[in-house]
Amino acid sequence: MRRRVAIIGAAMTKFGEEWERGFRDLIAEAGVKAIEDAHMSGKEIDAIYGGTMAAGRLIGQEHITALIADYMGLNPIPATRVEAACASGGVALRTGFLAVASGFHDVVVVGGAEKMTDVSVGDAAVALGGAGDQEWELFMGATFPALYALMARRHMHEFGTTIEQMAMVAVKNHKNAARNPYAHFQNEITIRDVLKSKMVASPLRVYDCSPITDGAAAVVLTSLEKARKYVDAPIEIIASSQASDTLALHHRKSLTTLNATVVAARKAYDMAKLKPRNIDVCEVHDCFTIAEIIASEDLGFFKKGEGGKAVEEGETELDARIPINTSGGLKGCGHPVGATGVKQAVEIVWQLRGDAKKRQVKNAEIGMTHNVGGSGATAVIHILKRAD
Amino acid sequence: MVGIVGYGVYIPIYRIKVEEITKIWGEEAGRIRDGLGIIEKSVPDMDEDAATMAVEAGRNAIKYAGVDPKRIHAIFVGSESHPYAVKPTATMVAEAVGATPHLTAVDMQFACKAGTTAIQCCMGMCSSNMIEYGLAIGTDISQGKPGDTLEYSTGAGAAAYVIGKKDMIAEIEGTCSYTTDTPDFWRRPGTDFPSHGGRFTGEPAYFKHTVNASKNLMEKLGLKPSDFDYAVFHQPNGKFPAQVASMLGFEISKIKQGLVTPLIGNTYSAASLIGLASVLDVAKPEERILVTSFGSGAGSDAFSIIVMEEIIEKRKKMKSVMYYVGDKVYLDYGLYVKHRRKLKTL
Amino acid sequence: MVTIGTPMSWRRIPERYGLIGSECEICKANFFPARKICPNCRRRGRTKPIRYSGKGKIYSYSVIYSPPTGFELEAPYIIAIVELDEGPRLTSQMDDCDLRDVKIGVPVEMVFRKIQEDGKEGLIHYGFKFKIAK
Repeated sequence: MRRRVAIIGAAMTKFGEEWERGFRDLIAEAGVKAIEDAHMSGKEIDAIYGGTMAAGRLIGQEHITALIADYMGLNPIPATRVEAACASGGVALRTGFLAVASGFHDVVVVGGAEKMTDVSVGDAAVALGGAGDQEWELFMGATFPALYALMARRHMHEFGTTIEQMAMVAVKNHKNAARNPYAHFQNEITIRDVLKSKMVASPLRVYDCSPITDGAAAVVLTSLEKARKYVDAPIEIIASSQASDTLALHHRKSLTTLNATVVAARKAYDMAKLKPRNIDVCEVHDCFTIAEIIASEDLGFFKKGEGGKAVEEGETELDARIPINTSGGLKGCGHPVGATGVKQAVEIVWQLRGDAKKRQVKNAEIGMTHNVGGSGATAVIHILKRAD
Repeated sequence: MVGIVGYGVYIPIYRIKVEEITKIWGEEAGRIRDGLGIIEKSVPDMDEDAATMAVEAGRNAIKYAGVDPKRIHAIFVGSESHPYAVKPTATMVAEAVGATPHLTAVDMQFACKAGTTAIQCCMGMCSSNMIEYGLAIGTDISQGKPGDTLEYSTGAGAAAYVIGKKDMIAEIEGTCSYTTDTPDFWRRPGTDFPSHGGRFTGEPAYFKHTVNASKNLMEKLGLKPSDFDYAVFHQPNGKFPAQVASMLGFEISKIKQGLVTPLIGNTYSAASLIGLASVLDVAKPEERILVTSFGSGAGSDAFSIIVMEEIIEKRKKMKSVMYYVGDKVYLDYGLYVKHRRKLKTL
Repeated sequence: MVTIGTPMSWRRIPERYGLIGSECEICKANFFPARKICPNCRRRGRTKPIRYSGKGKIYSYSVIYSPPTGFELEAPYIIAIVELDEGPRLTSQMDDCDLRDVKIGVPVEMVFRKIQEDGKEGLIHYGFKFKIAK
């Protein structure tokens, strides 16, 4: 028997190259704003779950949640770090969900943060590479963009997906980001901008890749019953699922699908008793443009192989059948690795509350977040619904 | 009776033509080509070195020989461009060809003749029944100082020979060496490029040792130049072998098959061995081959080799020297400099 | 720079030099790199070493223009997922080939090359790369 869980507070910092603010500043800002958003003082919090991928390499700091609890003034509550590469935030959210659902904790703060610009771009790339197989992918000279490039090549080979269709994902996400004051990028771009940008790992160019970003996001979870004591519009987490797959891309059965996403999605839809067409708005893991195309298929929004065509036909725009990445996604809003999974939840909460302003999806009642680790070794999915 | 059970070579695919280099230094391509007898030379890829080439040649040799690598109990790798100053190339080769762990292995260095000396060591260990099979390798990615004559001739390549007493494709009926302290060419530790004595490298060095080793061998075995069908001499350029052939009384036609330097440059420790391999690719059973190497410092190893019947079958499986020579991609000087890491910042 | 410790690199030498993986004696599945636990059989499995021939074909590829630290000199270079004839796939660089000839399905064979080195004073890590089979 488990309890129903709701999000009652959600906040994020501006994502971008935040030179003036370090890791401690970012997480404190997001955490405090989320607690205020929940109309709490902080004394109510029982536990913290923090998602950050590479603090050790990026800021030389392990024991990161001890730092978070300290700087948010929340000692002596327990603080636990969760790491699953780029899915650290999403898995932290799931861990917080399990803590409340199980009845063991009543009020939990889940935060995600990453400070990536304190080191050189080259060093940040090495840190990100830890999401892949060190000994058999990175050691051989593969970079993280190269792994997704290998997937893109197969997707193009098996389904005829084009580089223009991939570019359209970037164009759409920049357009959405331009309506999001928290997003890293505030400018719109054209397909031509994407196709003219420097090649990173063929066929992916600079504009096909999410940027190196600083940022933090946080949510406050509590039982649905308790939630109504604090806020009028709690957002219930009606499904939480997670799945794993091989660490190395070359060990997957197929390069054109992330089985972890497929399995997690099936479990999530089952848990919520819903189908893909019931989802009104979705934040998917577009670390690279091809990743959004593949995810839109694996999550059941489009048939396998038709994700490219769907973007081309505008089916994932703000006002279309299934708006994807209204926040701007990882591409437009930025990808402070550990923060992303939590930020996705924040965006969906705002959409379901009707607070998304210029990027509001009309009548959004059910939203989904999809967060992936590495080249697909972890996938974690949440379905959120405005509680009655 | 001891001899060659199998052999293999490796030549990188990249080449640079003499005229690409003369363009940079304002020399006349024709004069260099005629003077040195070199048309183009081989250039290693950036991820190749003496060890990687030794492994490729070694694997080819073992495949040709048809022996289980675990029966090779000695590996000698001769080079003047070992990747480590301390840590033997031979152990990496041993691991990569599958011969570890029950064997002895060591690196050797004697300018361009360490490869042939490696063969002599294997011969001794096999003849005395210390080992069943030995693997002798000569491998180099030689360097020439930019602007120096050597830049036109310093090539990259490797050759490997499996030596033993069984299943031979050619018998080594005798070997003889001639060694003196002659400072014709050297390199001190920590320096990038070797120094050489210019014309001093000719008569007192190359010719004296090559001629004497060859003469002594023929005397020892009671043979004359006319008893040989082929002669392979160390080939720092395309000219010296013809001169030494003439000095010894060999017809020029006999050195042609074994003269590979004009197309790949001087591959130093592999040079005489690649020349020998080129001859073995076409020689008929019972034909006799003279091989005399030369290493600066200085010394020569001479061998008299008789081809055997077994070569016909075994030869069918393998790619020839001419295959490797012909499998090529040209570089311009800029890419050549990048490949050879001649820029200080590299 | 992915600095891999000396013992860590050394442990992988049989796999990097000899393309030695594992085969499960129970379900006959092939793996590379070697595995102690067969993912199909788990406790019931029994894995033993197997040496692959080094022949395979290109399953996917990408040309890397933005290299990681340590690979700057070689950029641009080709990274490929190679499917070995015996079944397993691996990630490796392609050498000695014209980009125009690199396509999905092209047969390849293994070569022995330097993979990376720990700076001018450190260890050189050797192992497999692939070239188009001729």
